[in-house]
Amino acid sequence: MQNDSIQKTIFVAVALCLVCSLFVSLFAVSLHDIQKENKRLDKVKNILIAGGLYDPSVDVQSVYENKVVPLLIELDTGQILNSEEYPDGIDVDTYDLKKMAADPTFGRPVDADRDIANIRNRPKYIFVYKVMENDKLQRIILPIYGYGLWSTLYGFVSLGNDLQSIQGITFYEHGETPGLGGEVDNARWKGLWPGKQAYDDAGKVAISVIKGQVNPKSEKAKYQVDGLSGATITTRGLDSMLKYWLGNEGYGRFLDTLKQGGARG
Amino acid sequence: MAEVIEREEQAPEVPPSPSLTAKEAKSLLWTPVFDDNPIGRQVLGVCSALAVTTKLETSIVMSLAVIFVITLSNISVSLIRNHIPSSVRIIVQMTIIASLVIIADEAIQAFAYDISKQLSIFVGLIITNCIIMGRAEGFAMKNPPTHSLLDGLGNGFGYSTILIVVGFFRELLGSGKLLGVDILPLITEGGWYMPNGLMLLSPSAFFLIGFFIWVVRAWKPEQVEED
Repeated sequence: MQNDSIQKTIFVAVALCLVCSLFVSLFAVSLHDIQKENKRLDKVKNILIAGGLYDPSVDVQSVYENKVVPLLIELDTGQILNSEEYPDGIDVDTYDLKKMAADPTFGRPVDADRDIANIRNRPKYIFVYKVMENDKLQRIILPIYGYGLWSTLYGFVSLGNDLQSIQGITFYEHGETPGLGGEVDNARWKGLWPGKQAYDDAGKVAISVIKGQVNPKSEKAKYQVDGLSGATITTRGLDSMLKYWLGNEGYGRFLDTLKQGGARG
Repeated sequence: MAEVIEREEQAPEVPPSPSLTAKEAKSLLWTPVFDDNPIGRQVLGVCSALAVTTKLETSIVMSLAVIFVITLSNISVSLIRNHIPSSVRIIVQMTIIASLVIIADEAIQAFAYDISKQLSIFVGLIITNCIIMGRAEGFAMKNPPTHSLLDGLGNGFGYSTILIVVGFFRELLGSGKLLGVDILPLITEGGWYMPNGLMLLSPSAFFLIGFFIWVVRAWKPEQVEED
């Protein structure tokens, strides 16, 4: 057969595609389980970081199993669902926030005038995590997300057992500019958060991420966190994201439920 | 009869002796590192060199991925070079390269998950890296597998040299670290070094690659093009 004949061209093309697809699927299938496990461990690690439990020298999985209790809540009502009440298709190991928010049954669009965090869609059900120590609630870890400058930032914020003071914040996925907005990953910046108060005395969301540095003498200092220098829009995004998720649109109702049921629940 | 004629016509494209002298092997392997560096001399593959070099670690993983892809794509293209119809040869090369890139990407996601998050789409974009396409079309199509293997490794090393040099300086000057270990204590953490924020942005890689080309041409003046 001549190399440039139609038969040979088709033969080479088909044979090549078969061989290549064989290799690609072989690798994709055989590595799939390891990749899935990596993703799950990465999420667990971030939950532990937000809960202040992360220690690189200790196995994340065992710490997670011993101390962290996932809790499925219905966002709109703030009700906690028992594991028997989980809707079909929701499972703690496979729950994917992004997929759930975009899903027609499990997600819903957010009204534009209320969408201060610019998230467009949000899940109806979401997992939050309780950190328990001797059967007492130590912290509650809440997933948050919202738009920055280039990307949606996904992370967790944790509140202490007073459901008032912030214990930590961390982001596990974002595409902000390294060195500027990307400094949300900076340990020093994250270190500014513990001890800040999420709500004022009247129970309204008071936490804000401000442009520039917080004046430590100001009365509002306990509600304010330094913005990221050189990243005005990411800073604004972080501010709106916290106001949205900690407010009544976000976890407000759930936190009320938790308070009524006693913070031990 | 037609087939025989076809083969005879093709014959001159294959070098007369497929055996390789040590000198040739050495030259195939080392020429692309400094004498004919794909980034420094041919100015190919610059886009990924800007994107992934903010840290030394990502530079190294990216380099390994490119060495893997370019070597295997060169060998594969070379093995079937006499059977590739010239009308679809670019698509054939692209298919081979794309498959290898997917395999590299899957492997990085499985075994270096944290780094794969930082490299994000840039592993996938190896497909569009002109160096790999260029070697497949320009070298592997005309040379036997052993030559192509060495050529692939050599060009992979050439690309890696620049990535690692740039990644070294960007991480050291931009964040005071190397491979995540503190080298220059930062002012923000109580030390004396004020990190250069420009080093973390893509344009700094342009300057560093420019310096690299300058240094290499000062050392090897024969690379300077005449106006």
